[in-house]
Amino acid sequence: MSILAQADINVLETACSPLNVLTELTCAQWQWLRSPETGLIMVRGRAGGTGVQFNLGEVPVTRCALRLQRDSHLSANGGAVGSTIGVAYVQGRNVRHAELAARLDALLQEPASCERIHTHVIEPLAAAQAARRDAAARKAAATKVEFYTLAREAQTPGNTGEEP
Amino acid sequence: MYVAVKGGEQAILNSWRLLAEQRRGDTRAPELTLAQIRGQLGLAVDRVMAEGSLYDPELAALAIKQAQGDVIEAVFLLRAYRTTLPRLGVSLPIDTGAMRLQRRISATYKDVPGGQVLGATYDYTQRLLDFQLAAGGTVASAAVAASALPAAPRITEIMGSEGLLAAETPAADDPAPRDLTREPLEFPANRALRLQNLARGDEGFLLALGYSTQRGYANTHPFAGEIRQGTVSVEVVPEELGFAIEIGEIAVTECQMVNQFAGSATQPPQFTRGYGLVFGACERKAMAMALVDRSLRAEELGEAVTAPAQMQEFVLYHSDNVEASGFVQHLKLPHYVDFQSELELVRKLRARYAAAQPKSTDTAEAA
Repeated sequence: MSILAQADINVLETACSPLNVLTELTCAQWQWLRSPETGLIMVRGRAGGTGVQFNLGEVPVTRCALRLQRDSHLSANGGAVGSTIGVAYVQGRNVRHAELAARLDALLQEPASCERIHTHVIEPLAAAQAARRDAAARKAAATKVEFYTLAREAQTPGNTGEEP
Repeated sequence: MYVAVKGGEQAILNSWRLLAEQRRGDTRAPELTLAQIRGQLGLAVDRVMAEGSLYDPELAALAIKQAQGDVIEAVFLLRAYRTTLPRLGVSLPIDTGAMRLQRRISATYKDVPGGQVLGATYDYTQRLLDFQLAAGGTVASAAVAASALPAAPRITEIMGSEGLLAAETPAADDPAPRDLTREPLEFPANRALRLQNLARGDEGFLLALGYSTQRGYANTHPFAGEIRQGTVSVEVVPEELGFAIEIGEIAVTECQMVNQFAGSATQPPQFTRGYGLVFGACERKAMAMALVDRSLRAEELGEAVTAPAQMQEFVLYHSDNVEASGFVQHLKLPHYVDFQSELELVRKLRARYAAAQPKSTDTAEAA
């Protein structure tokens, strides 16, 4: 769910487009439990990073929930029997993003589709996300200061404090 | 007597049209796109998100475009927008210790675990206007290290382990903070409320107050223990799931100011902290916030409250630039009747004053 939520919507659409993922997304029997809705989540922090909680500010979030009906035409009583619920909470205001994430969340819980979605959607998205974070972290790492000292003593941080 | 006045509709409509034309500027130059504003005016976008108290770079860019770059007007637009959306819940407290760092420096320890990481900063630029930017052209790409930056412990954890620094721990029940956006500010305000107020407060106001504490109006002896900037995950526990999921990530800047504290009857001398946490890359604001957070702790740390930066009501009532801007600018609205009554009063007083003067050459006019 984290990977789906943090995916770029265009990348997510592209990941869903090949093979039978899209077919599965569109052909399955879907029923909204909660149609997409955009609202706010209050983000909290902690004083000093570890202390009392406080409200930092809000972030827009779009959420939805739906039910995937499995073989509903064969099941006489339909209903909850043979159904899976997909849920999405996605940062931002993109309704399509939340909808795709919720559908994929449901399909990922289905043994029949889980592996396929993992291979074609989740893994590439996770790899792209990891690559993006790695690139940013390596650019930051290139700005790390290497201090030159004539004699570099092994010191613990506790006794190297210097006047600014 | 209240007199309803109508009129000015056409003038207002035409004012809007003039505003739209001026906002667009010279049509021979291409129109700004939101992607350009997000990409190339990123620090303005961050400031609008921080003070607008809404983390949405696209909307902040739109607000900046709509406000012609007037940051406080853009903050107002974002604040107005947020009132149109329902509150879906709250996040778990973000973990700044697990921040994916873009910058991390300490002014208290040179050789700190994780190192001094400058990131993208104006600190070491020469502040000479760069005329190559005016000419445009391609930009050299950033250097890339062979390995990624590892996560680094907070410096306050290193100091805290020796007991040199006051610990920051929540109460046993880790209470949910009260929320300024849902209930009015009351005094005395606890630290959670103060931090919320400062996090959305005006950078210029907090900067000036922080500066005043350094110059001697409050005595805090600060050191920038650590400043870190980067991205953190936002986690929520949806009601339909009952467990935490990540919904996205936000960029934040955190500042831990370390300040002298002489100790008290119950506590040995140790350093105390001021804390700054702001959306986006807003380092100056995070530092100013940390200074003011510490000065507002005067009472709880048994210090004399003598300076403006230590006075809760003064700071918290005046930090919000939307409120301040509204009250200052409301003076532009028609006050015709108010003024008429004051005019009458001053005329009467002047007449009385004139009557009380010794009768010589009569210089007072009869208005």
